[in-house]
Amino acid sequence: MTPTIAMGTTEWTLPDRGRVGVVCLIATEFALFTIFVVAYVFYIGKSLTGPTPSQVLELPVWPTVCLLSSSITVGLAARALENGRMPGFKVWTGLTILLGLEFLRQTALEWRHLIADCHLTITTNLFGTTFYSLVGLHASHVILGLTLLSLTLGLGLRGSMHGQARRFELLAWYWHFVDAVWVAVFTVVYVVGR
Amino acid sequence: MPSKLHEWIVTVDHKRLGIMYIATSLFFFAVAGILAALMRAQLAFPNGKLLPPQVFNRLFTVHGTTMVFLVGMPFFAGLANYLVPLMIGARDMAFPRLNAFGYWMFLFGGLLLYFSYVAAEGLAGHGTAPDVGWFAYAPLTERAFSRGTSTDYWILSIILSGIGSTASAINVIATVISMRCKGMTLARMPLFVWLMLVVSAMVVVALPPLTAAQIMLLLDRYLGAHFFDTQAGGSALLWQHFFWLFGHPEVYILMLPGFACASEIIPVFSRKPIFGRAAMIGATVSIGILAVGVWAHHMFAVGLSSSSNIFFVTSTMLVGVPTGIKIFNWLGTMYGGKLRFDTPMLFCVAFLFQFLIAGLTGVMMAAAPFDWQLTDSYFVVAHFHYVLLGGLLFTLFGAIYYWFPKATGRMLSETLGKWHFWLLVIGFHMTFDTLHFAGILGMPRRIYTYAAGRGWENLNLLASIGVIFQAAGVACLIWNIIRSLRKGALAGNDPWDAWTLEWATPSPPPEYNFAIEPEVRSSRPLWDLKHPEDPDWKYE
Repeated sequence: MTPTIAMGTTEWTLPDRGRVGVVCLIATEFALFTIFVVAYVFYIGKSLTGPTPSQVLELPVWPTVCLLSSSITVGLAARALENGRMPGFKVWTGLTILLGLEFLRQTALEWRHLIADCHLTITTNLFGTTFYSLVGLHASHVILGLTLLSLTLGLGLRGSMHGQARRFELLAWYWHFVDAVWVAVFTVVYVVGR
Repeated sequence: MPSKLHEWIVTVDHKRLGIMYIATSLFFFAVAGILAALMRAQLAFPNGKLLPPQVFNRLFTVHGTTMVFLVGMPFFAGLANYLVPLMIGARDMAFPRLNAFGYWMFLFGGLLLYFSYVAAEGLAGHGTAPDVGWFAYAPLTERAFSRGTSTDYWILSIILSGIGSTASAINVIATVISMRCKGMTLARMPLFVWLMLVVSAMVVVALPPLTAAQIMLLLDRYLGAHFFDTQAGGSALLWQHFFWLFGHPEVYILMLPGFACASEIIPVFSRKPIFGRAAMIGATVSIGILAVGVWAHHMFAVGLSSSSNIFFVTSTMLVGVPTGIKIFNWLGTMYGGKLRFDTPMLFCVAFLFQFLIAGLTGVMMAAAPFDWQLTDSYFVVAHFHYVLLGGLLFTLFGAIYYWFPKATGRMLSETLGKWHFWLLVIGFHMTFDTLHFAGILGMPRRIYTYAAGRGWENLNLLASIGVIFQAAGVACLIWNIIRSLRKGALAGNDPWDAWTLEWATPSPPPEYNFAIEPEVRSSRPLWDLKHPEDPDWKYE
């Protein structure tokens, strides 16, 4: 007893489930970051001791350029994969990974400078608490994205990425999201909060 | 039979996972119910000696945490898992493996909470369960005041089960958006599916504030950060804001699935389509939106500014409008209907009555000056138990009686069902009606005992006796389930003469749900099938 009522050949297309899933994942991550950003903004200027942001933070121009460019390269990789140009896909994905790694290297250098030279750790004051949490949360997302990108690159080198353009596009969306979050972090931490 | 067990452990079938969710949450319900019974036993008489205070603190913490995170949320995750694909004519959820992942995260999160009874360290040594209350206010939860690891068990178990809830919510959204059968437009979707969609969207955006706050708390506790550390300039109040930014939407996350069940059961047992379908959907969406703007009504007593008070009083009272529309529409559905009072319907009728009272005390508490008087009293306890027991638990039981035949192929006994219902109604009102008065007479919540002569003795004794009736009612349900699984009457495909697609499948449905993918033309596809002379789609 299956209810089938002839409707002729009606068009019936629904959104791709993977896209819906990734949009939801991004929404929930967005909410998570929002809370950390709110905490950061709430505690601006409330530290009881130094150092303060204006004393120790420098505008991270080069890492920002790297991360934002990686959004372009991952888009080019997605397009190459969609058109079946595998060499292009491998090159652009590899470049995206290199740019992401450079961003992480710069973050590590910044943290080493802050910890070793400025004596700012997560326990020093509220600035340290919120700074390392927010930037660290973002960096952990960069690491996650890089892990996934490296996996796809590995699969691409093995020749297993044919016909996976739809899935790679979802990963590219996630990477764009990680970059967009950096824009917010950059604005709040290095522009407004300084 | 290990192979059978193995099948359940590795399953990705939405129906099996749904049953596993529901069975697990009923198990946790029984455990947390026993904790509640212990607390009522302690409070039955003044100067109770049954439990020491530190044990009492653990009981109410674990009871609250369990009921919210390990009973309420997973029960309805289970119902959504089982029913959403069937109702929209799909063969499974959008992401079956993610579905299994969600269940196992929830289960191990729950077990982690109870493992603390064995493993966690606290002031009293090993075996100290969390004792900071289910909303775990800072700075009590900071290292300085919560030594040992019991609070960490609370944090980690909720983060884990929260990941499971998020995974399952994302899955429901993707299923509803992308897996509907031909002709199942959003406008034709059963109300149950609509409400589950709204609930899932709320889980996706409202759970992260809790997760974020708990990560911050872990950073405070283990890396020496200062988010909620008042001595370093941190704000204990920020925890309250973050917690209730999650905590109030959570109330609707728990309650809307109850509405969803009532919206399916009441029309079928009134023999009428739901009254004001579009208004029901609109009201649900507006509850979802309003829910994120009311959190500070849990915090009137901290001394907010006057303008914040006015904002949160108004927004909280506004929630009464869509909720009122819903109650009006359920009554409108029943009005002039050919009512059948089978057990599922009985539970829904009691729900309407009790939820109305819960809503009224909610509007009372929403007025800030009234809240200042009664906050942290047993009035609050009575209010939210009226919502969560009188409202939610009753629809939950109604849903069990309604859909058990579909999931197992056997009917539950109506006689035992009526015993269950009446014992629960009597017990519920004995316990929670009286506790309102204890609260008005000044009895604070979370006290482990009280002195005689304050006028609370009779009320507390009555409340504790009510627990016996409630427990007897739940025992009837358990016996009913065990008995019916073996020798209940055969259900057939459609025992209630209902209209949604799940009743078009055999009971229990085969793994693939539908042999031929269905195609629908109205919001009551089975009505169309049974009444070809007068189908709904003619009027759409």
